[in-house]
Amino acid sequence: MTAEVVGVRVPPRTGSHDARAIKVVLHRELLRFANDRTRMITMLIQPILWLFVMGTGLGTLVRGVIPGIDYRTFMYPGMISMTVIMTAMFSAGSIVWDREFGFLREMLVAPVSRGAIVVGKCLGGAVVATAQGVIILALAGLVGVPYSPILLVTLLGEMFLAAFSITAFGVLLAARMRNMQSFFGVMQMAIMPMMFLSGAMFPLANLPSWLHVLTTVNPLTYAVDPMRQAVFGRLDVPAQVNAMLNPGVTWFGWRLPVIVEIGLVAAIGAALLGVAITQFRRAE
Amino acid sequence: MDAAVAVKGLKKTYGKVEAVKGVDFEVAPGEVFGFLGPNGAGKTTTISMLCTLINPTGGTATVAGHDVVSQRDQVRQNIGLVFQDPTLDGYLTAEQNLRFHAELYGVPRSALDDRLRQVMEMVALWDRKDSKVMTFSGGMKRRLEIARGLLHSPRVLFLDEPTVGLDPQTRSAIWGYINKLRLTEDITIFMTTHYMEEAEFCDRIAIIDHGEIVVIDSPEALKASIGKDRVQLQTGDDDKTIALLKDRFDIDAAVHEGQVTFAVASGESFVPLLFADLGLPIRSVSVSRPSLDDVFMSYTGSTIRDAESGDGNAWMRAMARGR
Repeated sequence: MTAEVVGVRVPPRTGSHDARAIKVVLHRELLRFANDRTRMITMLIQPILWLFVMGTGLGTLVRGVIPGIDYRTFMYPGMISMTVIMTAMFSAGSIVWDREFGFLREMLVAPVSRGAIVVGKCLGGAVVATAQGVIILALAGLVGVPYSPILLVTLLGEMFLAAFSITAFGVLLAARMRNMQSFFGVMQMAIMPMMFLSGAMFPLANLPSWLHVLTTVNPLTYAVDPMRQAVFGRLDVPAQVNAMLNPGVTWFGWRLPVIVEIGLVAAIGAALLGVAITQFRRAE
Repeated sequence: MDAAVAVKGLKKTYGKVEAVKGVDFEVAPGEVFGFLGPNGAGKTTTISMLCTLINPTGGTATVAGHDVVSQRDQVRQNIGLVFQDPTLDGYLTAEQNLRFHAELYGVPRSALDDRLRQVMEMVALWDRKDSKVMTFSGGMKRRLEIARGLLHSPRVLFLDEPTVGLDPQTRSAIWGYINKLRLTEDITIFMTTHYMEEAEFCDRIAIIDHGEIVVIDSPEALKASIGKDRVQLQTGDDDKTIALLKDRFDIDAAVHEGQVTFAVASGESFVPLLFADLGLPIRSVSVSRPSLDDVFMSYTGSTIRDAESGDGNAWMRAMARGR
């Protein structure tokens, strides 16, 4: 037993203190993820099933219609986004978990701003989801996508941004939820239609106009399209196939450049983050 | 020196329900101050307001000299909390939980290793620092929470029912830590409890019932203020006994916990009178010196267990009776 009492003086809260808080919340997310093998594996199974089972099945059906490209190559960027989105959502859901098991209170009574906790959580979700996406990136060769360093870096950046925005959305949903069941219920309800309408599973060209409107207002569309454009930019496909599978997003005849899409995702992410922080400030 | 905790007219209402109805008290630095009352009396609501977890509806409170509404961060820096429900991350190890806490509170890294070891040794968990918290028993978790609550050397440590749900050994171990704390650290302890035995450890206690503080004093002074012994009788006819006690001795008796209970100045010399010529169907008699139970009863009109079974446990009582 140490005889002397080690007193510590806690310094007053400053900006660097909040930065530390962001770091420690992020660090915890990573520790939790690294310790949770089951979650890592289950999160991977779904996109792999989609890619290799559904992709192969549907691919045989459409082989004659779209010459010169494997349907799985088309699905590949969609599956990257799907993995990232699901992982990010699960990370956000851990806030509900933390609330159920009391740990959220430990964070909320600490002398740090709510903003720092929410930002840390979103960064954590983004890093974890990107890490998960890396595994899908590693499969690129299997579906005929070249391992180009520029492509990989571009996809990583786009994944991170999408994951951050999605986590912010999830944290916003989680702010008021008291248990995991209702969170996952709401999450499925929100994410499934968004995913279907994002172009992750089928191309957004030649859709009936009502469906086209829905895909255009769906924010996820703008997260998926840059990834598809990045992948197709590296492929050598006939122009008419490219027009069919990689039509991009058009607003009243204007095709949005990738940079605008990325800007949109970032703006939506920032807005969601802002609202999520307000929610946590109010939830006392 | 200023009060460690100063509360004036503190109030919390939820809709029409007044959980805390304007309480006033002060806690001196270095004091162990206890809030004693049944579940639902407003203890946790009060402690949550002092810890900045919920905003008061009215009144003011300062903790370590800082206002709990306008200077929330300063309050948070100066307090440690141990709640009824665990707030640990079971997936992290004991040490990781504490390091996480230290980072959140900005404990300087230079002092952290020593301090970490010290608080973990105090609660005898140093050798388990690398175990995941989910493998800990309830008592170990509570001990770890106490260590964590102390890690940043808070000026005021809040303990909300620190020993509820624990086995007797762990309970006494936790009281051991608390007693050691008051000797070794410069700290004020504010706790809530509904165990009478535990309230005895406090320097002063406030009895709280239905959201109001009924009385504040040291346990000794409170017991002395009653000055009477408690007599409990098991009888074959409670109503008749109560009526006769009123008639012959002008004593107001009532049934508590299944026994006819009343207070008299000198219990031992009163008991023989009971048997003199009443012809009452008495089965057993017990006389006890004033305890905090009696204090509670004399100030609130019911025992703490009566008060608790009153709110929500009516069904369980009915079950017990029907057996």
